[in-house]
This record gives sequence, structure tokens and C-alpha cells, in this order.
Amino acid sequence: MMFRKWLTAVFTCLMFMSTAKAQLVIEITSGADQLLPIAIVPFGYEGVDALPEDIAQIVENDLARSGLFQPIPRANMLSMPSVEKDVFYRDWRLLKSDYVVIGTVEKLPNEKYRIGFELLNVLGQKPVQKHASIDIGPQNFRDAAHYISDKVYELLTGTKGAFSTRILYVTAEGDRAAPQFKLQVADADGHRPQVVVESKEPILSPSWSRDGRDIAYVMFRNRRPNIFIQKLATGERQQIAQFRGLNGAPAWSPDGKKLALVLSKDNNPEIYTLEIATQKLERMTNHYSIDTEPSWEPDGKGIVFTSDRGGNPQIYRLDVNSKRVERVTFEGDLNTRASMTPDGRYLVTVQKNDGNYHIALQDMKTGRVQILTETYLDESPSIAPNGSMVMYATTYKGKGILAVVSVDGLVKYRLPSADGDVREPSWSPYFK
Amino acid sequence: MSVNKLGKFAVIGLSAAWIVGCASSATDTDSSTVSEDATSEEVVEDTAENSDQAFGAGDDGSLTSVIVEDAAEEAVDKMASLVGVETVFYFDFDKSIVRPESREALAKHAEYLVLNPEARIVLEGHADERGTREYNMALGERRAKAISRYLTIQGVAASQIETVSFGEEVPVAFGHEDSAWQLNRRVEVRYE
Repeated sequence: MMFRKWLTAVFTCLMFMSTAKAQLVIEITSGADQLLPIAIVPFGYEGVDALPEDIAQIVENDLARSGLFQPIPRANMLSMPSVEKDVFYRDWRLLKSDYVVIGTVEKLPNEKYRIGFELLNVLGQKPVQKHASIDIGPQNFRDAAHYISDKVYELLTGTKGAFSTRILYVTAEGDRAAPQFKLQVADADGHRPQVVVESKEPILSPSWSRDGRDIAYVMFRNRRPNIFIQKLATGERQQIAQFRGLNGAPAWSPDGKKLALVLSKDNNPEIYTLEIATQKLERMTNHYSIDTEPSWEPDGKGIVFTSDRGGNPQIYRLDVNSKRVERVTFEGDLNTRASMTPDGRYLVTVQKNDGNYHIALQDMKTGRVQILTETYLDESPSIAPNGSMVMYATTYKGKGILAVVSVDGLVKYRLPSADGDVREPSWSPYFK
Repeated sequence: MSVNKLGKFAVIGLSAAWIVGCASSATDTDSSTVSEDATSEEVVEDTAENSDQAFGAGDDGSLTSVIVEDAAEEAVDKMASLVGVETVFYFDFDKSIVRPESREALAKHAEYLVLNPEARIVLEGHADERGTREYNMALGERRAKAISRYLTIQGVAASQIETVSFGEEVPVAFGHEDSAWQLNRRVEVRYE
């Protein structure tokens, strides 16, 4: 009986391996020392039709990628239970697994599937998360898996998981002298990419609205940069800035009402805010130097931005009400493209030291600065909505790729793409 | 009378351009590969549909053709004084100072623009791949504005010039080393 189940699991697992095709493949380059051992047992399934995805495998990949967990390899598992009554806790103690995730997939009559799962504490010999289930369509297997990963992550770390979030990024494909630019949206693990905009002219600076429904980006048209906002679901698009000179770096305010952006219509690059409903434009900086790359603080009271008013580019903070400006970064030859973690504790920048560009993290309380990356030509850092990870663009083997580093600098992985350059990642907020 | 004057000027301009062309390729190692095939004028029709094609020939870092929106015979004749004149100007890292070797060619463009007040140019500024993209957009614009100032000082009306930045988005050289970066830090003069 158990053997049959096991066989089914192996068989279905093989099926997924051959059919699963990822645009971006996760490659973990280094990890934290203290990893929590966890077993994610292939989910039990009594049906005959092949399933679209292997949920347990996706959960395993999610948890491994977080850099906090050490999944037990399937080959080592002594049994593959799918309900708690079949679990022999001593089997898992032998494998030194602290936790076990088990679950079931059941085909419902209406082309839907019921996904059941529970999280068990091996030492305590009891569930941390009692049996719960969700009903999904065949196209939502990955969503269900990421939902389970989020649950497990939150129960065991106390931090909300960000596995159900998405990323925006730009690819440049084909002839390098005349590439095809594509703005794409994908799951945070790089799966299920979809092209949102495609153009022969450059696309850059994608940015999410705070509810994740709208995006803003810069796209050239007739050799001039313009800012667009677009509804992700419908593709409905609106051109919002088409001034002479620069139209760049759009960033949504936390309340979703305004965009911070950069215009040089009054001669040199300045930070402006645009109230989307009224189209009211307000100039926020006034300096003959370059002011660019605005990013809102989580409470919306301040905007951090890049300016070379002190000679070389550094990060400054603009108080939105008083428009008072103060310098924030002092270490490194230069700092650019700043953003703040959701708790307001850390500032992430691109810092240059001895000719190398790396992602840096500055503690806003202590002022302490830590260099997080050691890759080449690092840029465009974007912070996960739970503040745990930073995705950024880097150059690897002569190609633009995306990479991720944890805010403690211990976990690093890259997302190599099949073709072309990948750049400008933007991590979505939580979807409501 | 005025036509005659313009003709004379064009001949002087043409020979000056030859001299400048030879002189610069002999002394400036950075742009020697660029100036090699910069002796003939190409006329490219620039429409919205094929706007990217203007960069298609830039494999070796050369993009030296004068681009004319309306390829009428008359326009070609008028632009004879610009035959062979450099249209790409290079910059130092993180700098937007017009190099001394750019001055003669820029003077030729200024002369042409002063004599033809109806002529319009777009100065397209570019940066190398190092640093962040939006900062490089600002840097590209600063370089285009430096060229613009150089031209207005010589009498070109500000209304004849538009500055646009492409930041690091449209490189002409694709390596990740100094020689490629040098070719990408540039301003291109494009006649509308």
C-alpha cells in the first residue's frame, strides 16, 4: 500500500521533471551556516491523470532558496506519508529533520483540485499547522505551493513569506546592436514569465504600485524617454510624462496617489511628484546638480534620492513637507539608487569602492555599512516586501543576469536566463 | 551672391574637414577606429518605424553618418560643408567636459547651424554601463548639454538644439573593458 503510493509519487515526480521548463533557473552560490532541517514529503495523490506541477518540489525549492532551511533529499526519506496518522516520528528523528511537511492532492469532480497540507514538529511529535486545505484550478498549482511555502516560512521564522510575490524585469534579446526590449513579469522564483511590453526602443525603471495592480516604467518612443503607467491585468496604458529632456525614475508613493519622478524640463534633473488623479506636478528639489533615483520611505514622509551636489553622487533625504534636504550616505566613493527596507531600518544602495560597484546596506540607526555582494557591476537593487532579500542586476560571464542576496549577506543565488541580457528587477509588494 | 558665398564656404569647410579628419585619426588613438570610415556621408531616413536602425551599423563603435530626416537633394547639397565632419564626440569617465580634439568639428557644426537657422539638431548623450541606469540617464544628458553650450556660445540659437539622453541603454561597443566603455561615453549629433 505504502509502496504503491511511493511509486506513484516517484512516477509523478519524474513527469514534472521532464515537463517543468523554467525561464530562470535558481542556482544557490552560498548559504547561511545554521540551516533548519525540514522534510517536504511528496504529496499523496490517488488519481491517474498526471498533475500539472509537483507541489512538494516547489515548496522545497522555495524554502531552500530562502537560505534558512536545509531540505532533506527525497532519496533519503524512509517513508513518504501524506497524512499524520501514517507518520513515524522516529524515522524523521533519524534523518535529523526538525520539521516535516506532508500533504495530499485530490481531484474534485469540477476540474478543481483540493490541496491539503500540514506542518509537523518532529521533536514535539505534533502538528505546528494542523491539516488545512485549499481548492484550486489546474493552472494554480504553483500559487498553492507558494502559499504553503509562505505559511511554513511564517510559522517557523515569524516573518511573513514572500514566495507568492512577483518580479518585473527588462530583457534585451537578439542582435546586441538592435535588441528587442521586453518588460516581463514573473513569479519571484522566475517561473511563469509573461511579456508586458515589447519595444525596439529601450525600457527601464519598472516600478510597482503599492497594491501590485499597476506598474510604471520608462520607455523610449521616437528616440525620447517617456513615463507610462499600465494596469497589469488589462494592459491598459497611460502616458503620464512627456516633457522635453529627461522623463525618468518613476516611484509610487506608499499611499498609491503620487508618483515621484525625474524631469529636466527646467534645465537639469530634478525630483518632482505627480498626483496621478489630478495630474498636479510639484517640484521637490532645486539644485543645479543631478538629482535622480527617488525612492519613498515606507511611511511616505521622506524621499531618498541620488545627488552629486556634494561633488560625487551620494544619497540624500528629502522631507516631503518641508522640502528640506540632508545627506544620508558618507561611506564609499559614491552611492546611488537607494531604497529603504519596509521597516525603515536599513538603506540599500549601489556603492562604488576602488572601481567596483556593489550592493551596500546601511543601518539607519547605527550608520554601519555592510557590502552585501561581490559580483561584478552590481546595480538596480530591489528589496523583497518582507525585507529579507535584495534582488539586483549584475554581470556574469559577460551577460546581464539577476541575482539575490539576503540582507544579512549570507545567502546568495543567481537567476541565469536562457537568452539575452536580464536587468532592472523590481520586486512586487504583497498582493492583497 | 549668397549662394556663391555659401558654395565657397562649403569648399573651405570640406577641405578643413579632411584635414581635421586626418589630424584626429593620427593623434587620437581612442577614436582612430571610429574615424577610419568617417569620410563619406550617409543619408538615413529616420522614421518612427525604423528609428532603431540608425544604430544597426555600430558594431565597431562607429556611428558617424549624418542623419537627415528628409533625404531631399537640396538638403544634401546644403549639408556639403558637413561632409566628413565628426558627429560623435567622446567623454572621460563620469565627466561632461568637451575634449579639445572635439572643438574643430563642433565649430563646423556651429558654422552650419548659424548659416542655416532653420536646421535643427538633436544631441544624443550616452554613458558607459558602469553605475546605475537612471544616474547614467542624467549623465548622458549632462554631456549632451555640454555640447549644446559649446554650440550656443558660437552663436547657434538654443531653439535649434534639442538634448536627449539614452543613458547606458544604447551602447555601440559591447565589451566590459575600458576600450568599449570609452566608445560608449559619447554624444551623437543627429540632424532632424
